[in-house]
Amino acid sequence: MSIASPTQTLTIALVGNPNTGKSTLFNGLSGLRQRVGNYPGVTVEKKIGRYEYQGQSFTLIDLPGTYSLAPRSPDEMIAVDVLLGRRDDVHSPQAVLCIVDASNLERHLYLVSQVLELGLPVVIALNMVDVARERGIAVNAELLAERLRVPVVVVQANRQVGLTALKDAIAKAAVAAAPPLVSPFPEAFQQEVEQLGAVLRRDHAKADAAHDWPRYLVERLLLDTSGYLASTQLAGHHRDATALVAAARERLKTAGCPVPGVEPVSRYRWVGEVLSGVVTRPRDRKRTLSDAIDAVLTHRIAGAVVFVVLMAFMFRCVFWIAEPASQLIDALNALLAMWVTAFVPEGQLRSLLIDGVIAGVGGVLVFLPQIFLLFLFIGVLEDCGYMSRAAYLMDKLMSRVGLSGKSFIPLLSSFACAIPGIMAARVIENRRDRLVTILVAPLMTCSARLPVYVLLVSAFIPPLTFLNGWVHLRDLTMLSMYLLGIVAAVTVAFVLKSTILRGPTPPFVMELPSYKLPSPGTVLWRMLENGREFVYRAGTLILAVSIIVWALAYYPRHEGDLDPALVAAQASQAERVEELQASGDQEALAAAEATLQATDNLIAGAHLQNSYLGRAGKFIEPAVKPLGWDWRIGCAAIASFPAREVVIATLGVIYNLGSDVDEGSTPLRDTLAAATWEGTERKVFNVPVALSVMVFFALCAQCSSTLAIMKRETNSWRWPLFTFVYMTTLAYLGALATYQIGIRLLGG
Amino acid sequence: MSRLSELRIGKSAAVKEVEGLDEISIRLMEMGLIPGTQLTVVGVAPLGDPLEVEVRGYRLSLRRTEAARIQVDASEC
Repeated sequence: MSIASPTQTLTIALVGNPNTGKSTLFNGLSGLRQRVGNYPGVTVEKKIGRYEYQGQSFTLIDLPGTYSLAPRSPDEMIAVDVLLGRRDDVHSPQAVLCIVDASNLERHLYLVSQVLELGLPVVIALNMVDVARERGIAVNAELLAERLRVPVVVVQANRQVGLTALKDAIAKAAVAAAPPLVSPFPEAFQQEVEQLGAVLRRDHAKADAAHDWPRYLVERLLLDTSGYLASTQLAGHHRDATALVAAARERLKTAGCPVPGVEPVSRYRWVGEVLSGVVTRPRDRKRTLSDAIDAVLTHRIAGAVVFVVLMAFMFRCVFWIAEPASQLIDALNALLAMWVTAFVPEGQLRSLLIDGVIAGVGGVLVFLPQIFLLFLFIGVLEDCGYMSRAAYLMDKLMSRVGLSGKSFIPLLSSFACAIPGIMAARVIENRRDRLVTILVAPLMTCSARLPVYVLLVSAFIPPLTFLNGWVHLRDLTMLSMYLLGIVAAVTVAFVLKSTILRGPTPPFVMELPSYKLPSPGTVLWRMLENGREFVYRAGTLILAVSIIVWALAYYPRHEGDLDPALVAAQASQAERVEELQASGDQEALAAAEATLQATDNLIAGAHLQNSYLGRAGKFIEPAVKPLGWDWRIGCAAIASFPAREVVIATLGVIYNLGSDVDEGSTPLRDTLAAATWEGTERKVFNVPVALSVMVFFALCAQCSSTLAIMKRETNSWRWPLFTFVYMTTLAYLGALATYQIGIRLLGG
Repeated sequence: MSRLSELRIGKSAAVKEVEGLDEISIRLMEMGLIPGTQLTVVGVAPLGDPLEVEVRGYRLSLRRTEAARIQVDASEC
């Protein structure tokens, strides 16, 4: 480690347990100066912040919240590698900042005892002293600092109290030497670590092993019974180090300190010694407000009721507030399109701007209100401590599918929009569980599917009622679409968990943190951060895909291919409109405009038919015919791969109605109902066809934003590709089965 | 000998032993459940699983299958 000169930035690693206020402290220290990225090859978020203190610049690396620095997977290895300076993409830290919860010091000092063995200067931020005081727990911070031999700074991260003192302590620690090593382990264990380390290091000097062997890593190798470290770190060593480790463990077992139990026992014994006299707690545990709240919220009956009401409320809010906001964004888009129409002459450019760029950007922005709202709710639930309770309440149900309760909120959010759902899956530490959750989230019926259902149900499902008008067939159809999504998600999750993502059930051993008032700053920050990330990550991709689909639907365009009579009619009708505009006869003008609109639509339809998209639709007709679809539905399905909600507009264009239609518009419904197979009198749509289209939309991965976010969250294109393939296959087979069964039961 | 999974709500006990050497047992010990630790069963989720336990001054949630690995001594409390 080099000694930093004052002009150089000092690197500080931030570690802590989950629910300690670590993110709040990180934001408090670095403010807006932070960058978020990914470590290559894993799904761990790389958060780097910067701040200045007394002319010195500091880089703060926020490591994922953890109870213990005992890596058993590549994701968990990141933190240890960063701390030990074994990564090329971040600087070696000069010091470690460890945040602990004063109301829960025993468990938090477990992590501290590991951090103290890293051989780095350490600063402890003692947070939540107020919560501790409320419970009658007093902490003597000076005595604690004396015992640990590192600075302990009392902070209140959520109120930004104590941050200057903390920065001061960090600045001093970062240029100081590491405190002398104090091992909590028994002598026999320490000797084994010394011996093993010496052998590995000698080996390392001779061989081309990738990394050196810091003491902490040797200790971990000895303690890690999962085999992860042995398999990843021992490559390149000539000697049979595995045998050395096994022999050392055997000796330790005989000496009465068996691996891995020796670690928690030794560390908690050390914690007990450190804390004696430092923490004084009341003889009888004081019953706090948090306990009283918890008694209700995790009660077998009351807890379940509150949970259901809360979730229902969250959904109502998302739809109530997000709907008008989305409509507003839609209206703004329309306004922008009008503005473009006024200034850009008709032709490729105008079409590109309106149907490609504005429609594409609009397609991204229209999700923003929902995404913001869901993140607001998720942020509040997480920050106040309810999120872990939700996982606790739903764990039994989710474990039937092979998942844990932590998957519940991400999947529930996906009913509004899969994007926040997938992003919320970050709380699931187990990689396999997180992947399964992410992979099935897009099967949940998101709000973008609703317009398609509304259109087809209102056009083709007869308004029958049962049980004295209490049950409507149309409602039942909608409900079954939602159920279809759930059943498909559950089935796919189960299949994934028992095939490619099979593995031991991860533990559900987690803390239920005490309740607190959510901090508005943290919640808002998270909401904005996630919204921004969505726009950046998904925005660029969805825009690109929208432009590609626009080009497919626009080119090749030869005006000469059009029916000359149609073009002549358009010209004469346009003249007539201009004449009437001058004359001021409103009634005649409206009629003429309507005629012109109809002709324009016919021309648009003809263009689409000639375009690459139209040709593709015709090309795939043999494939979609068994689903009961004609080439035009095939076309609309292809066009809606970037975003499923564009299907309505595409159907409008393709069935010659113009693109200015929505799901409630009567003409579209009537046109669809009247559409016939080309050259015949046979109707395209009937109940089985409508159902088959709905099933297709229920199961298909028609959302490029979701796939983009999936790529970002899994840090690989493999999983979005997998999702795309499996969902499209599922959708095709589902639609096929629906039509084939439907046509036999109901007839044409 | 009884196990944590068999304790009734409101009962306290001391940990005697955590069985097993896998990830779940290590996690249980890392969370502070080592021999001699006092714990109290605070509640159970609506569907009967998992359990909520108070240990070392904080609340811990764990499944019945996980709790079944923990031998406890209920007589000490």
